[in-house]
Amino acid sequence: MTEMSVRIGDLVLANPVMPASGTFAEGLALAADLDALGALVTKTITRELRAGNPLPRVAETPGGMLNAIGIPSKGVPYFLEHTLPALRAFAPPLVVSISAPTAEGFAALAAEVSVPGVAAIEANISCPNIEEDGRAFAMRAESTEAVIRRLRAATALPLWAKLTPNTGDVPEVARAAEAAGADALVVANTILAMSVDLATFRPRLGNVMGGLSGPAIKPIVLRQVYQCARAVRLPVIGCGGIATAEDAAEYMVAGATAVQVGTATFLHPGAMEAVIEGLARFCAGRGIARVADLTGAIRREEADEAEIEWAEVASLEPGP
Amino acid sequence: MADPSPRPVAALRAEVLSHAPLNAEYRHLVLRAGAPASGARPGQFFQLLCPAPPGEAPFLRRPMSLYGADPAGDTVEFLYKVTGAGTRGLATLAAGEALDILGPLGHGFSLDPAWRSVVAVGRGAGLATLAPIARAARAAGIGVTAVLSARRPELVVSEDLFRAEGARVITVTDQEGTSGPAHVERLLRGLVAEGAADAFLTCGSARLLRVQQRLGREFGIPGQVALEQQMACGLGMCFCCVRDFNEDGGIVHKRVCWDGPVFDMREAVA
Repeated sequence: MTEMSVRIGDLVLANPVMPASGTFAEGLALAADLDALGALVTKTITRELRAGNPLPRVAETPGGMLNAIGIPSKGVPYFLEHTLPALRAFAPPLVVSISAPTAEGFAALAAEVSVPGVAAIEANISCPNIEEDGRAFAMRAESTEAVIRRLRAATALPLWAKLTPNTGDVPEVARAAEAAGADALVVANTILAMSVDLATFRPRLGNVMGGLSGPAIKPIVLRQVYQCARAVRLPVIGCGGIATAEDAAEYMVAGATAVQVGTATFLHPGAMEAVIEGLARFCAGRGIARVADLTGAIRREEADEAEIEWAEVASLEPGP
Repeated sequence: MADPSPRPVAALRAEVLSHAPLNAEYRHLVLRAGAPASGARPGQFFQLLCPAPPGEAPFLRRPMSLYGADPAGDTVEFLYKVTGAGTRGLATLAAGEALDILGPLGHGFSLDPAWRSVVAVGRGAGLATLAPIARAARAAGIGVTAVLSARRPELVVSEDLFRAEGARVITVTDQEGTSGPAHVERLLRGLVAEGAADAFLTCGSARLLRVQQRLGREFGIPGQVALEQQMACGLGMCFCCVRDFNEDGGIVHKRVCWDGPVFDMREAVA
């Protein structure tokens, strides 16, 4: 029996698997057992009422999808009166994803949703679909540090910073979030991308650009999780293209303490439950007692075999 | 699985019982699928994980409205036209092969037991969506007049099915010059006058929806419309399938997969 619990700062989760923000709502309960999950993560809410982006909002790509939903939001009162009670009915800790156009707005919103029944706040400082040209706070270390500092002062709840993959130096941004007081990092959001329909010469998304998700992005985000886990002492929650237990295990071995599953749930509502069960089997099959032991278990020492291969290659070189 | 209680929606592997062209455009797919799929109600839909056709790889599931469901025979039926990578893949399925279907999804048509006689108005692919109403209405003791519209007479689908369930069928086609909204409006006004229209149930044509909305307002007749939209999740999570609706004097977005796909005709923006 594998011990499946993991610790994200002060928060203990029954297992390391939770939905990625934006890909989960209470409708999933029709087809899946939400109480089996390690945590629940809301769609991002804003104080502003937002209609969302023009259609089409989704486009298929090889091994993934583009989305430019644009964070439709009915505001804080609706969230507190309707969404929160509906999700509080489930057992797993509830993580509320928030976004705002300014650091002040982020702080005010964090304070407003720091209410009983909310276990943590995920600051979505990385949505590519809100600002002009896909810009986001988490693209730069300075703006990340500024917004997380304001958030830290505004809430006593555990604070998770959701980083963007759309920046040249993710570890530097990760260190900035750590320095500003984040309790965990979620790595990462979708990859800024686009697609053109050659039948019409139109962009396939109404918003032109959007975020790429799905299996296609897994190797890229896995690398960023690895980099972040080495750059900070904070727990890192991996998020990018996870569809199977093997994907989740790969993320954990690369340094993730927990994982978020998103796009895979659109294809298979039971994907998260399958990842949880598969992780337990994966560990049991290798004699790993606790799933948490996977975190950062990557081996980097050079193997003897590699040197032998070099020797063999060298022996094929023409002599002097 | 940790939770043994049955869920109203399930992804399951259904077996292809038969799969054949119905006419020049539509193909008829019959699957063996137990509960909850076979308990699907008229107007509900499924998300199909279509196999990859040669050279293509559809990533997302494809929404498809129910053509027929029989809990006693454990069957679910779909009627579709090949239009893209998903349906091209679907068309490759042979009897005996498996198809992963997720459903039943969404809110279907609701038949008011107080109705004595309803009018079903459909066009094109919407005819398949309306088809299951025939049996459900008969079971509820409600008479049906089906006004079925297509480009050509041989493309009218569901006609036999409606007749077999005792419905009166009127077909209108572009080829015969009978499918225009003005002509259909005259037909519908006749049905209203004879007391055959306690409600309108419709799918497949914005023009015909507008006619029914107008008549509905004029005569105080309720109506329901099944709408389509591109979808990703089918469970109300991704918000990609929103459309505009009239609500309290303003325009609001609703999710076709979650709030519909069948809506009150009055709120639909045609």
